Amino acid sequence: MKFGVIIFPGSNCEHDVYYMIDKILRQPVQFIWHESDDLAGCEAIIIPGGFSYGDYLRTGAIARFSPVMKSVKRFAERGGLVLGICNGFQILLEAELLPGAMLKNKGLKYVCRHVYVRVEASDTPFTSSIQKGEVLCIPIGHMEGNYFVDDGTLRRLENNQQVIFRYCDPQGEITREANPNGSLSNIAGICNEGRNILGMMPHPERASEPELGSDHGLLIFHSMVKSLVPSSHAY
Amino acid sequence: MLTENRITPEILAQHSLTEEEYKRVVQILGRQPNLTELGIFSVMWSEHCCYKSSKAHLKRLPTSGGRVLQGPGENAGIIDIGDDDAIAFKIESHNHPSFVEPFQGAATGVGGILRDIFTMGARPMAAMNSLRFGPLEEAPNRNIMEGVVSGIASYGNCFGVPTVGGEVAFDKCYSQNPLVNAFALGLFKKDQIFYGKATGVGNPVIYVGSKTGRDGIHGATMASAEFDTESERKRPNVQVGDPFTEKLLLEACLEAMKTGAIVGIQDMGAAGLTCSTCEMGSRAGTGVEIDLQFVPQRETGMTPYEIMLSESQERMLLIVESGREQEIFQVFRKWGVDVAAIGRVTADGLLRIKNHGTVVAEIPNSVLTDEAPVYHRPMQRPEGKPVRAHLGRGGDVRHSTLTGGIRAENSPNLSRSKMDFGDLFQKFLSSPNLASKEWVYRQYDHMVRTNTVQLPSADAAVIRIKGADKALGLTLDGNGRYCQQDPRRGAQIAVAESCRNLVCVGARPVAATNCLNFGNPEKPEIMWQFSEVIDGMTEACKVFETPITGGNVSFYNETLGQGIYPTPVIGMVGLIRPLSHMTGSWFMKEGDLIVLCGELAVHDGEYSQAVAETLTDFWEERTSYGDFYAPWVNLLPCPPLDLDYEVRVQRTCLEAIEAGLILSAHDCAEGGLATALAEMAFSNFGKPALGAQIEIAGGVPVENLLFGEYQSRILVTLREEDLRALKEIARKHSVSLLPLGKVAGSCLTIRVGDSFSLDAEVPVLEEIWRNSLGRLFQNSL
Repeated sequence: MKFGVIIFPGSNCEHDVYYMIDKILRQPVQFIWHESDDLAGCEAIIIPGGFSYGDYLRTGAIARFSPVMKSVKRFAERGGLVLGICNGFQILLEAELLPGAMLKNKGLKYVCRHVYVRVEASDTPFTSSIQKGEVLCIPIGHMEGNYFVDDGTLRRLENNQQVIFRYCDPQGEITREANPNGSLSNIAGICNEGRNILGMMPHPERASEPELGSDHGLLIFHSMVKSLVPSSHAY
Repeated sequence: MLTENRITPEILAQHSLTEEEYKRVVQILGRQPNLTELGIFSVMWSEHCCYKSSKAHLKRLPTSGGRVLQGPGENAGIIDIGDDDAIAFKIESHNHPSFVEPFQGAATGVGGILRDIFTMGARPMAAMNSLRFGPLEEAPNRNIMEGVVSGIASYGNCFGVPTVGGEVAFDKCYSQNPLVNAFALGLFKKDQIFYGKATGVGNPVIYVGSKTGRDGIHGATMASAEFDTESERKRPNVQVGDPFTEKLLLEACLEAMKTGAIVGIQDMGAAGLTCSTCEMGSRAGTGVEIDLQFVPQRETGMTPYEIMLSESQERMLLIVESGREQEIFQVFRKWGVDVAAIGRVTADGLLRIKNHGTVVAEIPNSVLTDEAPVYHRPMQRPEGKPVRAHLGRGGDVRHSTLTGGIRAENSPNLSRSKMDFGDLFQKFLSSPNLASKEWVYRQYDHMVRTNTVQLPSADAAVIRIKGADKALGLTLDGNGRYCQQDPRRGAQIAVAESCRNLVCVGARPVAATNCLNFGNPEKPEIMWQFSEVIDGMTEACKVFETPITGGNVSFYNETLGQGIYPTPVIGMVGLIRPLSHMTGSWFMKEGDLIVLCGELAVHDGEYSQAVAETLTDFWEERTSYGDFYAPWVNLLPCPPLDLDYEVRVQRTCLEAIEAGLILSAHDCAEGGLATALAEMAFSNFGKPALGAQIEIAGGVPVENLLFGEYQSRILVTLREEDLRALKEIARKHSVSLLPLGKVAGSCLTIRVGDSFSLDAEVPVLEEIWRNSLGRLFQNSL
């Protein structure tokens, strides 16, 4: 499965994702420059973390207008797998590929730490190797991860089981204390209705080797590889 | 054209040049300088840029060794770490700007040190910082700290470098003089090093990065003077950071370096365009001629003086092989970074500044750099001893050396019964100096680049080298208090502790960088402190075989005549190889043995006596004081240190780690044995809290035992069956080992002799230790 990792000016997790796919997952991978509209035949697109275009205006607000995002949109509409991590999630929200918006963290500070998330659905290409209810330990690192959406949309997200990850305690209980940023319903990650676009605040690439303290994040990428329908989504 | 302005005494005073220095300028030029030239001299001859007070002393530091590829004098020092890998690292102060404007001051400090690293061709892999503030009971100090931490976070996080460690300390002397020392380390291949040299006559000089504005004019001069009540007005001297542009600059520079067209590169930090042009020319023995009309400018109507002295951030100067300019232009344009050819390298050794073709300044490069003034300022040992506790009664308290846990003597201590050690212990753990710095490091992205294999709060940060079975241990250590009492020994302790911290994580110390924070060097007492510190550091670095490959001096850390303690900070780098030698500092499992490597308490009448007596007195007088620890420690003399013994303790620990005997190791110094044991007991990522049963034979006053900050001690845990092997190693190095007890339960129990026992629930202690610092900020909201 060929992965494409998008580089915006200001992306800063692109090397981490690339390394993980290349050396740990051992799958083909290549960078895709933000000015390019050619996804180079990639079968899954990852929008990595960082501060695209500096994020001085609003996280992801400028990245959505980049040429590459038009291609990503078309790719996603045709069912291609798109994973947005952290700033990538923020960009997917701004690009309206996923519903909702990000507020500043409840504590008004950047938070970097390991958190626990409960997997709420395993019927997505990103979680097919994980049991529903399983607890993953994955780090976060962000200033705006306080997910917010209107009541109606939240209900729809819940009904369609589009909430994929929720912050929880190590035992899997969804508690206020386990929520690091104040996000609505402890939401840490959601997918679209078609279930081929996932946005998540935790960084699975930072939890992909035991040396880093956890390799739970790798399960997400394994799921993606496993769930691939050969080349049908190449664009 | 070159003398359009008359230099009056007022103008001279504004430029912080002395009359003698001005006379030298006139002599060198053979005429009066114009205002632009005067500005150039004033920044290049400022303390900040030319080290005029410190140079004569810095020469004494050991700077070479087998691994040193580049010592002091370049943008950063470079060390060979094997397999053709090299690392560049350096620490630099941004104290003055951080006092004037904490957020931007600290942010641009980070930006500056990162540029120093990638200008050499190395990709920044880790950042750390050493911070010192006044007591947090006072709101202005909280505001400064909050601003500084946010500034560091904002810059480092956006840039994408993990801030993996450092230190934060608090003392009254830093109230108006916060210290912000930023460290960065980068990794590259040995054959890909770039230098700041303007070689090749005729080669174009290329400006890249942010446009030049009026910000930061005379920042270097500001950092070379004391502050007064007017310091608020210096805010416009502080630069504004743009980490996004810096990130683009990084990627563009590294990509441009791959073209092979770059022959020299230097960042524009302090003294901006001035410093980078004349230093690069001077290093290569060439001249540099630029025309300011080509410099990208953010504002209109800037004068040559302003352009040359601006300290706008995120700018670099490149020397490019003639004819290959377009290749370079292409790379920078791809990244959306401004790029402009502004001049050429010449053969005449002069810095020649033109504006629209007219020469506006002309000065030999070498007089601005190598031939800048060097002062042998007068030194004077302060009269009497530093202010210290009134030691009250004396004579009845015995200090002693404990080896092997055998002890005969008992010493009466009349007041001990009044003291609640449990409560005292909690006061120690809640002191911002000793409490967890979680509130700080959680604001830093410490995991980006996925190399952080030891999370913050360990004895030292550890980052692995991808693709090789090795890692780097990194630590920053300083202790103003000890240095105030005894600058020479204090500096030795800073070096010893930094090495000890590395050893505890399984790293062999290889090289260091230093940041020397002092008061006004024009005061003979300050120069004496400085000289003593250099001597102490030199002695220690020779013993540990850790050369100093560069660093920074920050003088004039004084506000309204109130100066800081002499505060040398050591940034030490060590090598862990293979990665499996990496060791944590936490109790691993029940039943493991806890052993102290080194002496429990050391024969030093003065220090040991002071610990026992002041603690009791202080306890009686100050029980309600917020931070109990700092004011108490200030009453003590500098603890003793035997460098030879220290080395042996460290060798014992490291050999045992490398032999696979050690499960965890922890430096036992600051806050004493009690604090060190508690830190080992606390929960750590994925590991629950674990208690310990400690039994120590009586004989030494409990105060000394629990809280004495004796050096050369490392706490280790190991399996019972490995004790014999550890003893072998210790015997070889003639180091004492003292089995203290076992890891057990969830209580930390310390029994001393028959009469003293301290019992504490680890989770209770941990809650205090973990949250005390953060609480001080919550309450202030």
